[in-house]
Order: sequence, then structure tokens, then C-alpha cells
Amino acid sequence: MNQYSKHLVLVGNPNVGKSVFFNSLTGKYVDVSNFPGTTVDISTGRFEDYIVEDTPGIYGVSSFNDEERVARDVILNGDIVLNVIDAVHMQRDIFLTQQLIDMGKKVIVAVNLIDEAKKNGINIDIKKLSQFLGVEVFATSALKGIGIDDVKKNIKNARVGNKTEGIQEMLSEIVSPEVSEAEALLILEEDQVISERKGVKTEGKRDEIYRKRRERVDRIINEVVSDSIEGSSFGTKLGRLMLKPITGLPILIVILAVMFWFIGVLIAQIVVDFTEGTVMEGIYKPFIENIFNFIPKDSFIGSLLIGDFGLLTMTPIYILGLLLPLTIGFYLLMSLMEDSGLLPRIAVLSDKTLSKVGLNGRAIIPLILGFGCVTMATMTTRLLGSKRERIIATFLLGLTIPCSAQFGVIIGLLTPMGFKYIISYTVILILIFGISGVLMNKLLPGESTSLFIDLPPIRLPQAINVLKKTMAKTKSFIIEATPIFALGAVLITVLQYTGALTAIEHGIAPVTVQWLKLPEQTSVVFIMGIIRRDFGAAGLSHMVLTNGQMFVALITITLFVPCVASIIMIFKERSKLEASAIWLGSFVIAFLIGGLLARFVI
Amino acid sequence: MTLDMVNRGDVIEILSIKDKDIRAQAIRLCIYEGSKLKCAEKLPSGPIVLQNRMQEVAISRKLAQQIVISKVS
Repeated sequence: MNQYSKHLVLVGNPNVGKSVFFNSLTGKYVDVSNFPGTTVDISTGRFEDYIVEDTPGIYGVSSFNDEERVARDVILNGDIVLNVIDAVHMQRDIFLTQQLIDMGKKVIVAVNLIDEAKKNGINIDIKKLSQFLGVEVFATSALKGIGIDDVKKNIKNARVGNKTEGIQEMLSEIVSPEVSEAEALLILEEDQVISERKGVKTEGKRDEIYRKRRERVDRIINEVVSDSIEGSSFGTKLGRLMLKPITGLPILIVILAVMFWFIGVLIAQIVVDFTEGTVMEGIYKPFIENIFNFIPKDSFIGSLLIGDFGLLTMTPIYILGLLLPLTIGFYLLMSLMEDSGLLPRIAVLSDKTLSKVGLNGRAIIPLILGFGCVTMATMTTRLLGSKRERIIATFLLGLTIPCSAQFGVIIGLLTPMGFKYIISYTVILILIFGISGVLMNKLLPGESTSLFIDLPPIRLPQAINVLKKTMAKTKSFIIEATPIFALGAVLITVLQYTGALTAIEHGIAPVTVQWLKLPEQTSVVFIMGIIRRDFGAAGLSHMVLTNGQMFVALITITLFVPCVASIIMIFKERSKLEASAIWLGSFVIAFLIGGLLARFVI
Repeated sequence: MTLDMVNRGDVIEILSIKDKDIRAQAIRLCIYEGSKLKCAEKLPSGPIVLQNRMQEVAISRKLAQQIVISKVS
């Protein structure tokens, strides 16, 4: 048996400071791994004889989303559960605590953020809480280091607590050598996955059990929590202001403007100029070409490795020079917004608009990420509640959202044409987003899920957590995206080497000339746009076009199929049929709109 | 009446939540049949924010139409 044989699992609701506990327990030797098929990361480390696992923040153990499914399996596999709860949200958090206890797990509880609770006039009788729950409970403030040592010393004293009345009897009917108490509880609570895994039919008692648990929790809360004043800290007030349209919209606009500046100017221009231009193109590319100079560049192997779209040239230059800084920038912003409590409020503000296109407020996350990288955003559509929403979001991302690489070039080309064109470009894209979204919402069968989210208080995010999250998310994206970009590079090289690329260019030339009223060479630009969205747009800057022609070309290229990496990502995430429909759909719409526009402006 | 008809500042009691899964998720966030909550905010034809002590939950307008309530004050 392994020296580290016991699993200590950290469980808690979102934003309760669980990660600070994790860091304090494990020190710096931490491994972050992604759960396949999800955007969920699990950190693993060591504390004394234990393997420590951090789980994503959840409101309960079940299968409502990826976070819950991942946490559920880690908890089932765990020996001891350290449950971190938020002293300010006891009524919500003890519900999860009681569920863990009902699962028959050995539990120890840390009531965290105890200082913030005091500030809000909330008093908690820790001793009484411990008696009610039947497990050890400690008051902590992980950030200030209060109570952490008590928790560490008492991990070994974790024990099975007092279950909700009547649960034990129900459990005994299902528990067997193959089915643990924890699994039995989940089966009783209608968890389909565990039911199927164990071959036991669900008992359909979720409502009854939840109800009993809630009654017990509320009784405990009434006994142990006393609040003297109505909670209205600065964070609460700011949170409210964000949701009032008069104050919320200006705050939202300021946040978006800061994001735009940070990504669009600082990262996409200044940082990328350095990483892509100076480092990758300037130093790396000559270096790698020099090493492989014994291979003729125009041979098949040569173009595969060090050609224009080579595996050792374009692929690393694109991923390290362009994608890496952008991904870090975007995930940094997202983590900041998530940890501060801003993100759920932005979701609430955008819910009304997004519900018209068959999405709910949560879809704002992939849509914002799309302005960074559509490939990254397509991966993030996994967090949406239904397949229907994932299809709609993927389609809208591919069709209407220009990724940052493309966006920079487009802005550069539009600006000299004047204000009129910038406004028209924006209005047309928003219209297409709206119209195609509304149509998809009407045509696709089924129903989208509705927004139902917890609004955490506005808090100052912890730098270390934000950085850790950013690094973990960036790492898992780069690992998942690199093979996709490499595959795309190979695909394009083969098409180019076999002459298929030129054939396709000639094939679409008549459409370009007669329907879009653009010069024949623009076809090359469209094809380049598939390779890398910004290549396409950049190609236009070398051509002599009238303002009208440029406008038609820019709109078409924005709507036109996303880059080859995002096409592959779409095929990976969706079924073949759905992906083909999304791909062909955006292809047809791009040329249709472009051509219609050409009737008016050229 | 249903939850979409509340006004900001109203205190309401939840009578029934139609959707089974929403019912399960709501009870975790202290919203369940019999619980009394305050409508902290109502966005114009957008979500409704319910508050119970320091706990705040946003519910889309469409979902609110399926939650039956009675007004307490």
C-alpha cells in the first residue's frame, strides 16, 4: 500500500476561501489536473500522511453540472472531508455540511470568514454547532491565519456526524457490500449516474430528504446563529448598485471598457508585438529554420515542418507568441471577475438580452471569451446548461464574434475609413447576432435552461488564488488546443502542397467577383482567413479596394467560417451533423450577407 | 400569484416551485415551499433577486413565472 494512503477532500460552496486552506495544508507541491471533457480542474497535494484533493465549489453533492459530477466522485473516493463553510452564509452552507454528514463521511468543519461575519453583526455559537452536527467545528479566518492550526491538528479527529432524522433507516435498506452509505444516499436522492453505476434503481425520495434536511438545518441555524444588525457592508451595497439599471449599466460599461483596454490594447498590441514579433518571429523562427536548413523548404517534409504553416514554425509562433499571452490575459480577467463576485452580476444584467437568443445570462462568459479566442470560447460552452444552448452559443461565436487577433486588424482597416463605417460594421454584426440567435431559438427544438444563480457578496479577490486559477485554466487550454492547432497546420500544409488550396481559391473566385463584386485575389484572403482569422483580414491591407469593397470584404471575413483550429474544436465538441451544419451555416450566411451588402454599397 | 409579479421591497412566501430540478437547487439556496424572502431587486423585464439574510439569488423572469408565491407584506 502507498505511504500516502488516505484521501483528505476539501469541500465547500463557491467562494468560501477553500483554496487558502488547500494552500496552507499542502504548501507549494501542488499538481493541477483537468477532468477530461470538462473545464473543471482538481488540485492535488500532500499533508502529513494524506493525499489532499481540492474540489470545485458546489452547493450540494449531485449531478446538476460538471463541477458537481467531478466533486461527487472525488468525495465518494475520499476518506476524510474537510468542509469549509462561509460564516456569512451559514444557512446555505450547512445544507451541504449536513448532506456530507448524511453520506456517512468522516467530516471536520471549518467556519471560515469568521471576521467578516463579525463585521456584519453575525455571531455563531461554534460549540453548539459542533454538538448539533456531531463533528468537530472550528472558527477560522484562513486569510489572517486564524484557526488554521486547530484545523490541521484535528484532521485526524474527523468523524461520522449526526444524520438527518430518518435517513439512517432509509440508507440501511440500500447499503450492501457493493454500495456504501454515501452511494446509497445519492441513490435515494435520485442521482442517475450512481444509480446506473451500481445497478440500483433510484428511490425517488429527493424531495422528501431535501425537505427534512432543510428543516433540520434551519432549526440548527436558529439555535446557533444570531445577527444583531441588518447586513449591509460595503460589498453588499456595491453588489446592489450593480443590479440597478441606472447604476449597473454605467458600472458594466466601465468594466467592459477596462477589459477592452487591457485585452485589446495592452495584451493584443503591446505584449503580442513583443512575444510574437520580437521573440517568435524575430529570434525563434530564424533559429529553427537554421537548424533544419538541410531539409529543402519546398519539399513536403520541409513545408510540413518549417513551411509557411509548418509544425515547427507557424504552430509554436501562433500558440506561444499570440495565443498564450491572450489566454493568460483573458483568464486573468475572468478569474478576477469570478472571485470578486462581478461575474454573476454581469450574468444577471445580460440575462434579459441573452434570453431572446435562447441563451441565459451565464452564456456571457463564452461570449466575452470569444473576443479573445473563439477556439477557447467554444471549449467553454461546456459550462452552459443544455445541448441546445451549447449549439446556439457555438454558432453565434463562430459567426459573429471576431477574435482578438482578427479584431485588431479589422479596427486598423476600419478606422481610416471613418466613423460611419465603424458604426455600420458594429450595427450589422449586432443585427446578425440578434437575428440569427432569435431564429435559432425559434427553430431548434427543446427549451433552454433559465438563469438561477447565487449572488456572492462583492469581495476583494485574493491575488494568489486569481493567479493560480489563471495558470491552471491557461495550462489546460494550451494542452488541449496545441494538438488542434497542429492538426490544423498539417491539414493546411497538405491542402497547399497538393494544390487543393489553389483549386479552392479558383473555385470560389466567381462568387467573389460576381456576387461580392470584389477583385479575384480576395478569394485568397478568404482562404487565408480559415488558416488564421487575422491572416485573412491582414491580407486585405495589401490590396487596393474602394471603401465599399473593403467594407463588404471585412463583414464577409468576420462572418466567414472561423479559423481552422476553431472548426476542429467545433467538430470535437459537437456531433458531426451539428458541427457541419454550424460550419456550412456560417459559410452560407457570410456570403449571403456580403453579397446583399455589395448590392447597396458597391 | 407568481414570482414575476412581485415588486422590489415585497416580502413573499414561496408556495410551490414547478420544476423538479430547480426545486432541488433552490432548497439548497434557502428557497423552498414555505420560506419567506424579500425581493431585493427586479430588473426591467429581467431577473428577480430574492434575499434571505445575506443570501441573494437571481432568478430569470421566465422561471419566476413558474414559481407560485403569496405576498406577506
